[in-house]
Amino acid sequence: MSKQSKNSASSSDVLIDLEAEFQASNIQEVLEKLDRELIGLIPVKTRIRETAALLLVDRVRKQIGLSSGAPSLHMCFTGNPGTGKTTVALRMAEILHRLGYVREGHLISVTRDDLVGQYIGHTAPKTKEVIKKAMGGVLFIDEAYYLYKPENERDYGAESIEILLQTMENNREDLVVILAGYKDRMDKFFHSNPGMRSRIAHHIDFPDYGPEELVSIAKLMLTSQNYCFSSAGEDAFGKYIRLRMQSEHFANARSVRNALDRARLRQANRLFSGIKKSLSKSDLITLEAEDILASRVFLNNSRDSNKLIDSGEANKT
Amino acid sequence: MMTNSGNVLTQGQFSFLPPLTDKQISSQLKYALNNGWAIGIEYTDDPHPRNTYWEMFGNPMFDLKDPAGILMEINSCRKTFPNHYIRVTAFNSTRGVESPTMSYIVNRPKNEPGFRLERQEGVGRSVSYTIHSYATDKPESERY
Repeated sequence: MSKQSKNSASSSDVLIDLEAEFQASNIQEVLEKLDRELIGLIPVKTRIRETAALLLVDRVRKQIGLSSGAPSLHMCFTGNPGTGKTTVALRMAEILHRLGYVREGHLISVTRDDLVGQYIGHTAPKTKEVIKKAMGGVLFIDEAYYLYKPENERDYGAESIEILLQTMENNREDLVVILAGYKDRMDKFFHSNPGMRSRIAHHIDFPDYGPEELVSIAKLMLTSQNYCFSSAGEDAFGKYIRLRMQSEHFANARSVRNALDRARLRQANRLFSGIKKSLSKSDLITLEAEDILASRVFLNNSRDSNKLIDSGEANKT
Repeated sequence: MMTNSGNVLTQGQFSFLPPLTDKQISSQLKYALNNGWAIGIEYTDDPHPRNTYWEMFGNPMFDLKDPAGILMEINSCRKTFPNHYIRVTAFNSTRGVESPTMSYIVNRPKNEPGFRLERQEGVGRSVSYTIHSYATDKPESERY
């Protein structure tokens, strides 16, 4: 790398080994991790690959003295609950750090409460404080549409947006802002804040998962917790997911996680009350079909109790 | 009297060097942040050496990762008080230390008249000395 930059300015036909650059940035590792740990999300991964390629090429261009100004890297992630927006944002921070576009690569995750104050004069210092903390990294604003409340014209959210816009414009090389939220509400938010829309270059939409993808997500989650499905258990979970997707407040991967937590609970209960007194390791790590089938989703006349379980999930997004 | 090279106030670190550039300030800030020290910005128009407590500009900044945010704050302080002394202080909160570990001036008034030495004759032939800032003869906020 250093060799290239030394003789680059003089000759215009200097050859640059893009492959070597690619290796040097260690970006492959992050992208592979992304592929391995995130199931599905093809459009998102394509988009991230494209962004990474652009940044890499940009960096090479800079080495031979072709400057094109700091690219605007602010992003907007839209998608239904539990589609992996926060996880991808974390990865994004890492990718940008590897490519040298953010200096520290940390992610500060905030919501309206952290940005907007409660009385006049409270909002600006609060927002600035958060911005200062996020400098050199990524500022992730979850459910960004709550910042703007059109029904209340004395709401301080607008002030916070104004400060954000200003920093997004002036401190482009210090800070990357990622907004996240549900698609329809984000669209409404951008509609009433055109300045915000135009300052965000990358709009990435997260699709919902299919049932097979959800099952592989479940397997991945179990592996990380040192559990696994028995083959009957896996079939049962596939059935469970298909039923669950039809019911209300389905939150994709988050619902899967909650379902697994409940299955673990039932497994523990089964082992505890079972007749078998000596347990093997495989007993301890295997989730059987009966742990899944005991779920209320399989009871036809229990829609109300379902709602009871799931209302918690819906609020927690 | 009380003069030194360049006729400038020499308090804190780097005060015998030419004024720090923003880039140099950034790397000093980065050093403090890497050590986990909290950074505060302070200003005054009464730079007597015994005046240790300067006015704070905003709250001290904790839990930052990058100097860019602090530099932003320094610049807004410079804009508010272009003709005051502004210094950056790094505070080490480790138990048992709990004191400032770095302190350096990042902004000075254009004209620094300095100090004069005052002699007070006492009993016998004894003389006590004190220094007096020329600037403090004027009321606060009109000094520089």
